[in-house]
Amino acid sequence: MRIRIAHETVYRYDTPATRAIQILRLTPRNHDGQYVVRWRVEVSEDCRVEPREDSFGNLTHTFTVDGPISELSVRVAGEIETQDTHGIVRGTREKFPASFYLRQTDLTTPDKAIADWANEISDGGRRGALDTLHAMQSHIYSNFKFDVEATAPSTTAQQAFANQHGVCQDYAHIFCSAARYLKIPARYVGGYFLRGDGVVHTESGHAWTEAFLPDLGWIAFDPANGICATEAHVRVATGLDYLGAAPVRGTRYGGLGEAMDVKVSVDQASRQSQQ
Amino acid sequence: MLSRTASNLYWLSRYVERAECLARILDATYRLSALPQGYGSETNEWDSAIATAGSVISFKENYKEANERTVTEWLAFSPENPASIRNCLEIARTNARSVRTALTGEMWDAINSAWHELHRYDPKRITREEFTRFLNFVMETSVRFDGTSFRTMLRNDAYWFSRLGFLVERADATARILDVKYHVLLPREAQVGGPLDYFQWASILRSVSARTSYHWVYRDSVKPWLVADLLILNRQMPRSLASCYENINRYLDDLAQFYGRQGQAQRLARATASRLENGRMEDIFQSGLHEFITQFLIDNNRVGNAIGDQYLI
Amino acid sequence: MSSRTPSFFDEMRAPDGSVRPAYQQLAHWLDTVPKDVLDYRRKEAEFIFRRIGITFAVYGDAASTERLIPFDIIPRILNRGEWQKLSRGLEQRVKALNAYLHDAYNKREILRAGIVPEELIFGNPVFRPEMNGQQVPHNIYVMIAGIDVVRVDPDNFYVLEDNARVPSGVSYMLENREIMLRLFPELFIDHPVAPVENYADDLLATLKSVAPLTSSGDPTVVLMTPGIYNSAYYEHSFLADKLGCELVEGRDMFVKGDMLYMRTTEGPKRVDVIYRRVDDDFIDPLVFRPDSMLGVPGLMSVYQAGNVTLANAVGTGIADDKAVYSYMPDIIKFYLGEEPILKNVETYRCREPDQLKYVLENIDKLVVKEVHGSGGYGMLIGPAADKKTIEAFAAKVKAAPDGFIAQPTLALSTCPTFVEEGIAPRHVDLRPFVLTGRDKVRIVPGGLTRVALSKGSLVVNSSQGGGTKDTWVLDR
Repeated sequence: MRIRIAHETVYRYDTPATRAIQILRLTPRNHDGQYVVRWRVEVSEDCRVEPREDSFGNLTHTFTVDGPISELSVRVAGEIETQDTHGIVRGTREKFPASFYLRQTDLTTPDKAIADWANEISDGGRRGALDTLHAMQSHIYSNFKFDVEATAPSTTAQQAFANQHGVCQDYAHIFCSAARYLKIPARYVGGYFLRGDGVVHTESGHAWTEAFLPDLGWIAFDPANGICATEAHVRVATGLDYLGAAPVRGTRYGGLGEAMDVKVSVDQASRQSQQ
Repeated sequence: MLSRTASNLYWLSRYVERAECLARILDATYRLSALPQGYGSETNEWDSAIATAGSVISFKENYKEANERTVTEWLAFSPENPASIRNCLEIARTNARSVRTALTGEMWDAINSAWHELHRYDPKRITREEFTRFLNFVMETSVRFDGTSFRTMLRNDAYWFSRLGFLVERADATARILDVKYHVLLPREAQVGGPLDYFQWASILRSVSARTSYHWVYRDSVKPWLVADLLILNRQMPRSLASCYENINRYLDDLAQFYGRQGQAQRLARATASRLENGRMEDIFQSGLHEFITQFLIDNNRVGNAIGDQYLI
Repeated sequence: MSSRTPSFFDEMRAPDGSVRPAYQQLAHWLDTVPKDVLDYRRKEAEFIFRRIGITFAVYGDAASTERLIPFDIIPRILNRGEWQKLSRGLEQRVKALNAYLHDAYNKREILRAGIVPEELIFGNPVFRPEMNGQQVPHNIYVMIAGIDVVRVDPDNFYVLEDNARVPSGVSYMLENREIMLRLFPELFIDHPVAPVENYADDLLATLKSVAPLTSSGDPTVVLMTPGIYNSAYYEHSFLADKLGCELVEGRDMFVKGDMLYMRTTEGPKRVDVIYRRVDDDFIDPLVFRPDSMLGVPGLMSVYQAGNVTLANAVGTGIADDKAVYSYMPDIIKFYLGEEPILKNVETYRCREPDQLKYVLENIDKLVVKEVHGSGGYGMLIGPAADKKTIEAFAAKVKAAPDGFIAQPTLALSTCPTFVEEGIAPRHVDLRPFVLTGRDKVRIVPGGLTRVALSKGSLVVNSSQGGGTKDTWVLDR
């Protein structure tokens, strides 16, 4: 499937900012089942955009902009050719052995509630790992309430689990937290998802997870959709948690009254070109 | 030099000077309020003190009435008042700690021991006599700090920023005193030389510690237009606006030369200085003392901001 | 082990009461000097320390945010032979730490060789993935190390702890010497004491030697502090002063196009080397803790581009925690092919079930420490604790054995110390500072001697009521 993506973030300031710096993790890479046909990163202000590879193998772009900045827009866009691999992720750039992904972070550290839940689902370790992961995925999908208002980027797995509310990011944190607790390497994935319901325009990207099983390798689980990743998923960045795979980490100096406007559109290339 | 270091040095001096000015205002107010009824003016001296310190609005948010107790508490000790003497000295020491390496040992010692001393005064239990000692301590701290910087600092940008802070603050304080009291300096046929205003004029001189200087300069009894002349145009008088600006100009020139470039701060300071240099008291009275002072406060503020923009951020 | 021997090694006197050679003159002087003179000088020292503002903050102590570390006026003395052996051992140890860090963040041959378990690196919370494969200039990670050593007998130094992140205390080493020279000039006539005042020059030379390859001409070195509320702020300003470099906070710097600049009164100025006294977690909110106000956004990008050197490097914590400590003898052998010169205290790793069992059975005789704890917090001294404390701690260990190690209580040596009751022996340790540059390793003869001021106490940390002494290495 050919997927066309455009993702634009516009920042506006009531009083101009004097300086801004951002690190973008917004560029997908090739792997089995995903081919980047074309991709562009555009920053509205004059600046040098430094490409780099981060410690997880993600492509990053770093830029600094001198003020005064009243408006700054960052836009990425391109086309990706995808194929269904039944959730199995191969041919990615790996910089650590899988066991590295057993590390918990501040956002994923499990509490007793998550540990109990993980133990229950794995039946105290008697259930097979693949089965357990599928069960975790369906449990989150069926029982958690999708709620944009309930959480923020700094919400931890513990908080989200206690709430049983959240967004895809929280689901991914809970999934990673429990999987790692069960000694299954797991990681956070940020990317885009072509929705099945025909909705093309949204206000954010998507997040899911990958877990590692010795005989299968990395397998992508998407608890927010209750499915393993399909050809509708475009994988952009991975990390131990949201912070490691965040699409944008940046800051500005000065500049009061920031308003941020995010527009994401994910569509089938053919369908869009017919319109 | 780091901009923050320059900023800390500048504000360190400003806050020490501010503490001293507040102490002098309080001292003069105490004297004036101690006079028997009829010698002072019809206005409440404690209100004037608050106005001179520039904190009328925040004072009114905290107190109903300006009197000895409330004004003393507010200007000297109140933690709520960001510019109380106590807070000025606290901020001064915090600034000093951040630029410990840019100060000489003697300067640090002056500020640090003052800070330790400050904590020995308990505002809740302070007597009038102790309070007089407290005011003296604050004035001495300023003199000591100023003296150690003058005697021990290298003559480089660190020294100049420190001087600039002190001078901009000093000019501001003198102008504020004039701003609040300008009406008693206006030549008025009826009351000139009357007992009512005499003590007001003396009080103005006291609040800038210029009683003796006045007599040395004018060899005359206290006359309102001479008081105004002394504090505005007389370059011999270190607290006069003219003297402050003569020196602000000088140190800004030193900086410009040292760094090999000049900017808005130098331009604005020169303009203000030449207005004072060429000013004549008659003209100032004619076109309005109040207007003149108000404009000066605005100009001085602009110079302060320009120094900030050019060097301190 | 000497954990059960009741007597301790006294650095001044042999068991028969005779005075050891290095202490001959000092012992004589202590016998003759009147107590009130010592008392008076001690007060003078305290007065000077307070005046110059040499203080430290105790976290969680709201009453006084600035406190003096008690200074003991009786110096601790080492002779040349003792020092030479010690400094060879220190150099060896720090070389191994650097080799380990380079390997852990690159090829990880030590894992392949099976010397340390994988969790020791990947499972360590202070392992920084961001440093994986990252080149640091000249492969030096730890430019400034503080190695805590103790003596238990005439021949052996034991390493108690390696400090490879932001070791502090060197200002006390320097100030203590200054005070001693001022208060007791007569003692320096009789004792050929090796100077320490060149430390700042050595440090500056070390820092300049590791400047990025892209910096041109004389590199600009700065010292980065979290600010005046940090417990070691005095030291930061003291060192910046001695180094003649700017004392910067995160907000004084900014990143532009992969270069780091500081804001000065003359406009932006490029920074080449940061001697940073800010923990990894806080140095760049775009990479580490996003809520940090102490760092510089984008600093890690500059670092990764090779345009600034951080001293110490990011991620050195994996080399100095108490879990890796127990592997240090093997690490030294693996990278250097040498036998360790300095001994390691026997260490039980609670992560290993049979060792955990031993620890729990003998917990009343052991010192149990949190792997990631420091400053004397989060530890149990078995022989000194009551039953309730021991039981509570044992439960903590059982719940998370990976987080603990245990060691026999060590018979720390004692030194004569001037306390309330007069001159009496008190337990001491020593933190020498090891500087590693591109050109060479520099160790100033001496270090910071910390002394436990209460009788019988083995905890020398300043945060727990310890004091300091001047440390003399005699040039004979």
